[in-house]
Amino acid sequence: MSGRFAGSKIEARNDDHDAESPLSIHDMTVAYHRKPVLWDIDFTATGGRLIGVVGPNGAGKSTLIKACLDLVPRASGSVRFYGKSYRQQRGIVGYVPQRESVDWDFPASALDVVTMGRYGRIPWCLPPRKRDKYAALECLDQVGMADYAHRQISKLSGGQQQRVFLARALAQDAQIYFMDEPFAGVDAATEAAIVVLLRALSAKNRTVLVVHHDLQTVPDYFDDVVLLNMRIVAAGPTEKVFTAENLHKTYGGRLTLLDKAAQAVAGAGAR
Amino acid sequence: MVNRRANRLRMVWAAVWVALLGCTPIADAADGHRVGFSSVIASGVPVSGMLASGGITDNSVSFPSWDKIFRALTLRDYNTRIVVIGATLLGAAAGVIGTFAYLRKRAMLGDALSHATLPGIAIAFMVVGHKNLGWLLFGAAVSGTLGVLAVIGMRRVSRIREDAAIGIVLSVFFGIGMVLFSIIQQMNTGGESGLQSFIYGKAAAMLHRDAMLIGGTAFAVIACCAVMFKEFRLVCFDQTFASSMGRPVFWIDVLMMGLVVLTTVTGLQAVGLIMIVALLIIPAAAARFWTDSLLLMTVIAGGIGAFSGWMGSVLSALLPRLPTGAIIVISTGVVFAFSMIFSPHRGVLAGVYRRWSLSHRVAHQNLLRALAECEEDLAAEVAIPIADVHAKRFWSRRHLDRLIARGSRLGLVSQIGPNTLKLTETGRRESRRILRNHRLWELYLIRYADIAPSHVDRDADEIEHVLAGDVVEELERELEQESTIPPSPHKADESRSKGVPA
Repeated sequence: MSGRFAGSKIEARNDDHDAESPLSIHDMTVAYHRKPVLWDIDFTATGGRLIGVVGPNGAGKSTLIKACLDLVPRASGSVRFYGKSYRQQRGIVGYVPQRESVDWDFPASALDVVTMGRYGRIPWCLPPRKRDKYAALECLDQVGMADYAHRQISKLSGGQQQRVFLARALAQDAQIYFMDEPFAGVDAATEAAIVVLLRALSAKNRTVLVVHHDLQTVPDYFDDVVLLNMRIVAAGPTEKVFTAENLHKTYGGRLTLLDKAAQAVAGAGAR
Repeated sequence: MVNRRANRLRMVWAAVWVALLGCTPIADAADGHRVGFSSVIASGVPVSGMLASGGITDNSVSFPSWDKIFRALTLRDYNTRIVVIGATLLGAAAGVIGTFAYLRKRAMLGDALSHATLPGIAIAFMVVGHKNLGWLLFGAAVSGTLGVLAVIGMRRVSRIREDAAIGIVLSVFFGIGMVLFSIIQQMNTGGESGLQSFIYGKAAAMLHRDAMLIGGTAFAVIACCAVMFKEFRLVCFDQTFASSMGRPVFWIDVLMMGLVVLTTVTGLQAVGLIMIVALLIIPAAAARFWTDSLLLMTVIAGGIGAFSGWMGSVLSALLPRLPTGAIIVISTGVVFAFSMIFSPHRGVLAGVYRRWSLSHRVAHQNLLRALAECEEDLAAEVAIPIADVHAKRFWSRRHLDRLIARGSRLGLVSQIGPNTLKLTETGRRESRRILRNHRLWELYLIRYADIAPSHVDRDADEIEHVLAGDVVEELERELEQESTIPPSPHKADESRSKGVPA
């Protein structure tokens, strides 16, 4: 056990993963400063579904996304997109980070930010082309922000900023999307716009994984749900999984033993 | 006679400069003796010639003649020209790469870097044994990079915060450098005196080939930023997204910091290591006041840096004893102060004006609403006694008089007697619009925000002045209001059921 947290990775063989699934996670454990925040995650997503990830604060929801996208190192386990690693499949994965993760006073217009979604297709050292601009404008239009294309991003409201981030992900034109709390602190108009957008993506057979906070809207918005609290409590179709009992298991009562064990591992590793 | 007048003019000019520089050069002039490097200027301007003018004593700054100023400004001398062009390009490069360092929030790392170059310079001098710029700069680059790595390393292995790590590295490296410098001075090999220019900066100490080196490096830095513009922008704005897209954020950062190192190290001689960080930060911070576009910001910052480099090197050619670094930093500082105060969108004055004009608008809208309420009370479009208006608001009589005066200037009210006034046609329309917005907002608060009717007046007061047209339309839809003025909700007891047509 201690070997895993000391950094040696145990990579899974490829046959642990379903090559048909847009996202399959096998036996993934993630630690921050040696303190495990996600334990033994196993999850296989069904294509074309809207998947909500819910759980209390500190349950590791954002970490789940970041570990899938190689943004934080995994202590163990592996993640595959259609049977291939993230490195091979970058082009088909889109990402919407939390809105607070960037400085919105940055000198850029909404269009500039959305154009960044196209950078993956533009060769290094070359400026964006005309068609990238038009693609970005179209994405802005899809989130109802075409009128604000040239506005400086700090002059947009929180909801509008969130829509700009979504438009940037749309510009990536991915098969599977990861969205970190897109509904956090947005106005009603933006929430509605995001829902429409999610449905449209799902209709085009895109898979979307959304970290979500508002339990009330989960059954309305998501086909599948992942209940997460340091480990996966339950995952599957919303109508089956989203039950009072599972929610109680996820939210009720801190997982004191798991938490203590994590502290102990961190303590053992501390200098 | 003519001569005396010219002298007096020169004295005035001197006073202006001393005031501008806050007397810094005087204090530093003691160093002037050791910095005997100025004789290498080779600009055909012997130091003794400069000192001869005016009645200024040997130990203070000497001021050049008009002719010399003219020749320096117009780049008549070949060597001055080389120095000025080199420093200008350096300023431009620092402004450009500084923009990215500033937006990446790494600007203060540049300060640790520049101070950490000092031991490298000293060691390179000890090893090589004479002042070879190439080797000195190489030593500077190595120890500067070590300094940056020390900051990054300290953050990795301990919980120390970045600002503390920068402070520690900066001062310790600088201390080591100063000790080495004093050892060099005791060695007394000669020729070491020019080393001081790396600390305080001295553009005129540049030789022809130094200037060419600086100019070439600056050009390379700017070209590199132009080529990497898209990648730099991405990493500066959102590094998580950049790495999710597979961009090697670490290596882009390394390149960015590498360019900062290159600019800093080549600029050491002209600006000095104490102040070169200003050339990275200040042009970028000043440029941010003028634009919301990254491309323009980069260009403006480059321009400000270039201007400062030009200013500093011209003055340094004219007055070899002034610390060039200080002049360059003061030039950027002046530009920054100007930008901060006068920028049309983000500037201090613009902010003051916005608040001032809003408070004026609020005041006169309050007057109009009070008048509309008076007309409503009187149920007629008649002259209104000022006493009635007074009863509506806690205004002093003087304040009210001022408001009325402004209202009549704007053609909204007219005072028809010493104690009565009347709304004009435009004034009436405007006043009813304001009253209606106020009432709509009150109703909305009562109905949707569960605020007690007795409290609602004050809350609505704040909002009605900033309600835009589309919000008002939405309010109308929500409240299903026709285009009449709804009765006041907190005067329900006065049984005023009929609305006044708008």
